[in-house]
Amino acid sequence: MSDNWNLWEVFVRPRRGLDHVHAGSVHAPDAEIALQHARDLFTRRGEGVSLWVVRSADIVASDPGDAGELFDPADGKDYRYPTHYELPDEVANM
Amino acid sequence: MPAPASETRQNRFDRVIAADQRIEPDDWMPEDYRKNLIRQIAQHAHSEIIGMQPEGNWLTRAPSLRRKSILLAKVQDEAGHGLYLYGAAETLGITRHELLDLLHTGRQKYANIFNYPTPTWADMGAIGWLVDGAAITNQIPLCRCSFGPYARAMVRICKEESFHQRQGFEIMVTLCNGTVEQKAMAQEALNRWWWPTLMMFGPPDTESAHSQKSMQWKIKRFTNDELRQKFVDATVPQADLIGLTVPDPELAWNDERGHYDFGEPDWDELRRVVAGDGPCNAERMATRKGAHDDGAWVREAAVAHAEKVAARTAEIAA
Repeated sequence: MSDNWNLWEVFVRPRRGLDHVHAGSVHAPDAEIALQHARDLFTRRGEGVSLWVVRSADIVASDPGDAGELFDPADGKDYRYPTHYELPDEVANM
Repeated sequence: MPAPASETRQNRFDRVIAADQRIEPDDWMPEDYRKNLIRQIAQHAHSEIIGMQPEGNWLTRAPSLRRKSILLAKVQDEAGHGLYLYGAAETLGITRHELLDLLHTGRQKYANIFNYPTPTWADMGAIGWLVDGAAITNQIPLCRCSFGPYARAMVRICKEESFHQRQGFEIMVTLCNGTVEQKAMAQEALNRWWWPTLMMFGPPDTESAHSQKSMQWKIKRFTNDELRQKFVDATVPQADLIGLTVPDPELAWNDERGHYDFGEPDWDELRRVVAGDGPCNAERMATRKGAHDDGAWVREAAVAHAEKVAARTAEIAA
């Protein structure tokens, strides 16, 4: 069915020096039209200076069910933050 | 005895909702939650794109280039809002093609308000001021809706929507400061749109089919009647300010409640319009289906072009 164009994920860079951030998705038969649709849909008010489009099917995502084993090990590791360390008062900036 | 797997998933879902966090498309969710969301987001998306028609009617006859540019930008925004929302609905596992088919065959609805005609320029003012005002009242709490993609689409939409209401009110202000005939035209538009706008919030809480569950799931944050009251309280002083009269003899400030009391909308009319018997239902659907059918060749040509380019690239590579 020709109506079933592929789904593309759109990433917009708001200004030079910032990251591309996921904005949403568009339907398009190819990359060129995906970019045009992304431009029409997500940058009507100067929201970006650069666009990425990626076929949604090409994105590999972690399983939300695995979130525990993937991300919990980062818990309780206060020593990874600078505030964990006590410094002598005489050290003003470090 | 260990809890069955399904109970664990349900517990996790309940915990996320209770903690006011967001459910994301890959998370497990109850089938009813998914269905309810698809229905609501789809109806919202359909309303955005059908909503282009009553205002599209005035694009070629806007009274100045400035008004024309504004109206064009607004109608274009409505198309964009429809696309954001279709995208959000699709994350729940339904396709764009299925969604449009559900609209075109009347199995999914759009907002009742877009089945009313726009006979004068003042209707552009009334729609922006009242209809978009009501939509904003509805949509601001949806920015905190429990389903992530819907909430994020609503944030984007609300940001863009804020000029829609202002431009409409500005049209009303201009007409009210104009000739006697222009002010009368503004008053007549308010008379036409007031009651259908109040109906936009849906049936009273006692009769609303979907309200309670949606509140439980934090899809909705306020009931239909609460939102209706909020809108009336915000809008009546604006009408007073520009010297227009809200067409409701029962409207009166209630000091005790700290709210306006107002009359009951004609719920039979809402039922009739939702069931398909409004002044413009047939025209709106015919225009929508016509646009879809007339655009078929463009979609087909785009696919043919993409296939040709892909084949040529493969040939060169070989």
